[in-house]
Amino acid sequence: MTPTNRPTVVTIAVVAAVVVIAVAALSGVFTTPNPDAIGTPSPTPTTPPPPTELTLITHDSFAVTPELLAVFESENNATVKVLRAGDAGAMVNQAILTKDNPLADVLYGVDNTFLSRALDAGIFEPYHATGVDSVPAALRLDARERVTPIDYGDVCLNYDKEAFGDADPAPGTLDDLTKPEFRGQLVVEDPGTSSPGLAFMLATIARFGESGEHTWLDYWRDLRANDVAIVSGWEEAYQSTFSGGSGTGDRPLVVSYATSPVAEVFYSDPQPAVAPTAVITDGCFRQVEFAGVLAGARQPELAKKFVDYMLTAVFQADIPLNMFVFPVVPNADVPQVFTDFAVAVPEPLTMAPAQIGANRERWLNEWQAAAR
Amino acid sequence: MASRRALTIALAALPLGFIGLFFVFPVASILVRGLAPHSVLDLSGPVAVLTRPETRDLAWFTFWQAAISTLLTLAIGLPGAFVLARFDFRGRRLLNALVLVPFVLPTVVVGSAFLALIGPNGVIGLRLDHTIWAILAAHVFYNCAVVLRVVGGVWAQLDPRTEEVARVLGASRWGAFREVTWPLLKPAILSASSIVFLFTFTSFGVILILGGYGYATIEVAVYRAAAVLLDLPAAATLALLQLGFLGVLLVVYSRLQATAAVSQRLSTARIAARRPRGRDEWTFVGATVGVLILFLGLPLAALVERALAGTAGYGLSNFSALFGESARGALFVPPIDAIRNSLVFAAAATAICVPLGLLAAALIAYRRGALATGFDALLMLPLGTSAVIVGFGFLVSLGQLPIDLRASPILIPIAHALVALPFVVRATVPLLRSIDGRLRESAAVLGASPARTWRMVDLPMIGRALLVGASFAFAVSLGEFGATLFIVRPDAPTMPIAIFRLLSQPGTLAFGQAMAMATVLMIVTAIAALAFDRLRTTAVGGT
Repeated sequence: MTPTNRPTVVTIAVVAAVVVIAVAALSGVFTTPNPDAIGTPSPTPTTPPPPTELTLITHDSFAVTPELLAVFESENNATVKVLRAGDAGAMVNQAILTKDNPLADVLYGVDNTFLSRALDAGIFEPYHATGVDSVPAALRLDARERVTPIDYGDVCLNYDKEAFGDADPAPGTLDDLTKPEFRGQLVVEDPGTSSPGLAFMLATIARFGESGEHTWLDYWRDLRANDVAIVSGWEEAYQSTFSGGSGTGDRPLVVSYATSPVAEVFYSDPQPAVAPTAVITDGCFRQVEFAGVLAGARQPELAKKFVDYMLTAVFQADIPLNMFVFPVVPNADVPQVFTDFAVAVPEPLTMAPAQIGANRERWLNEWQAAAR
Repeated sequence: MASRRALTIALAALPLGFIGLFFVFPVASILVRGLAPHSVLDLSGPVAVLTRPETRDLAWFTFWQAAISTLLTLAIGLPGAFVLARFDFRGRRLLNALVLVPFVLPTVVVGSAFLALIGPNGVIGLRLDHTIWAILAAHVFYNCAVVLRVVGGVWAQLDPRTEEVARVLGASRWGAFREVTWPLLKPAILSASSIVFLFTFTSFGVILILGGYGYATIEVAVYRAAAVLLDLPAAATLALLQLGFLGVLLVVYSRLQATAAVSQRLSTARIAARRPRGRDEWTFVGATVGVLILFLGLPLAALVERALAGTAGYGLSNFSALFGESARGALFVPPIDAIRNSLVFAAAATAICVPLGLLAAALIAYRRGALATGFDALLMLPLGTSAVIVGFGFLVSLGQLPIDLRASPILIPIAHALVALPFVVRATVPLLRSIDGRLRESAAVLGASPARTWRMVDLPMIGRALLVGASFAFAVSLGEFGATLFIVRPDAPTMPIAIFRLLSQPGTLAFGQAMAMATVLMIVTAIAALAFDRLRTTAVGGT
């Protein structure tokens, strides 16, 4: 075969095409069109000032109906840029690392388990948000108001209704889980790698305590003896090990959320009249999520307005079906599927963020020794 | 001499600048921040971390699981590479493209597929979840493509007639292989092994999901320190331990590689593959393909099965829910947008990676010696560095530049390119090194200019290697390897991210849609792989 120029030309053409496509496509992605800018041209000669950019940093689970962001943008002549920073823990650490030169103006998604670390690092500017006075005091965990509660949820045991009946009822309390009839039926998440796993561990500490006849570590030894399964994350626990709802595994008890039955109904087609799973309201741990204005924000006033906006009735009502948590404002409109299928936990277990922050590492090490 | 040095510098400047700016600078910054938080180096913390008995166990487990994973991947991949390179049979092209598919699947999806086979209610009926076997099987599943493509790429271009000549001269089949083919393949095998080792050495999702909490690699420990305990000094120490390990390994690797390079005339044409002849060959081909299907095909089939399973029996209901107008998608982003974002990032990562990779490979192949060796090792390091450390490193370093790149979307293809660069280099260097110098000399004697010699002799050969590398770069990017998990990113969800979001909701519809999205990702990958293979045959090696 005699070499010709054709292969070289084709190769160069292909490489060039890839580069051109990439550059063109990237410029499309990188310059997000501003919906307001392309909107109806103003008939009056007075041109409005260019919109201000507000940057929100949040975790991967944040979701909001896009139209709501658009309303905020047009009311404040602003554009909202959303940055994702991994899970809640990674996000908090990233915010701490960039404290001196923050990436964003406002942060949403730090919860009570990571709160003390964020507060100690001084990443937030105190702000008394409009509307926060109506939020129950139990959810307002920072007296200095460096963060504002936005939503809350409960990490609770769920069970597969099909596995239990009148003759063999589901467990009702944390203590029941160590009984022989529930041997090999429970799956929990590793608190060292999973947020609901950590919440469940904290629930056992809040319930059984660190001293006395039967401490939380004794409880975990009992769970271990009763063949508890420990997996690394929620997806593996619920979708692959749990037998109820969308779970494909063989264990009828799982650590999940009080709202999981709502999602089971909502994300089914057709929607069933009753949820396939149910919640055990004993031993639930309450997680509260907060927003805060970042110290050194470029747009502090706009950031404050955004925190206010997150507490408005319309935003609060949008939260449940986007993130499957409850709004903190008590009289917010909650969708029908929530009122029908969500379980209100009367007395969730709680713990002060400072106590969690001071002991988390020690507890995780002790847990490893006891549960292994 | 001076012009040669100038050439070396010119070749090295771009890739070196890229690695320096987007890897060395960020990682060094975060390590300094972790180890000397108040500008004073305090070694008491690191020493405490390193002397814990857990750390020793962690390091030992990380090492041996990676070593065994690599050996197993070779054991399954090498016969596969041979069969795919040498034999022509129905479905070969498709198989060649499909082997790349596992490579792009997010670990949470692969975990789910493996659990469907060997977990509770598993199809196989054998419980292997939370055992080392599940981890090893998943590592083979992920990395087979590396061996198949990197080694297969060279094997397909070895002239089989050389081996036949040896046979005619009286060598046994095994003897001919050992004396003729093996020395020629060795550099490629070393290349592939080093990549597989690094990948499994820094394994994260597979260990967590399939190993359960009983197993942890250094990578897992870095993540826990950085993102759960928020203990940066410990994270930095463990990351340094990981880097130290890799440094030693890369030195060993380059020693081995230096003794392995041989020149051989590679054929540019596809003359190597032929139909199997006789019963023995057909049995061998059948058995090899069977093993590949068992390890690679079964988990993929489990995924597709779950995507097709709806509440009302098998069908396309999950797909219509995913692409339909239903307001109840858990995704909040049109799936088409996720597909487009993935393709755009992948194209950008490939565009960054291929020219840099070519320059780097040319430097390493033509300028041997300590400098080239060190450069080669440096390029490999991002593959073996904790993703959390790179992500956090971007944050603490890139804010100091004239343009604040910390939250720029360009970081995503850059991070992908960092991980993909070793693939491009690894696929190219063995081929560049093995180009017969005499061919070049003949061209020069016949009056060709150096540029023309390079274009006529070298380029067609490396064109093929580059396309192997490019297909990996594209796949690495489509698969969103760990590297981007911890980068602050603008809201441009890709396919893997869409899958994560869907999987994080209870409900059969959300789960089904996640599996449907994973299937779409598989199809997109297979199409891309077929397209790259097609380019390879028409543009470079065509007859």
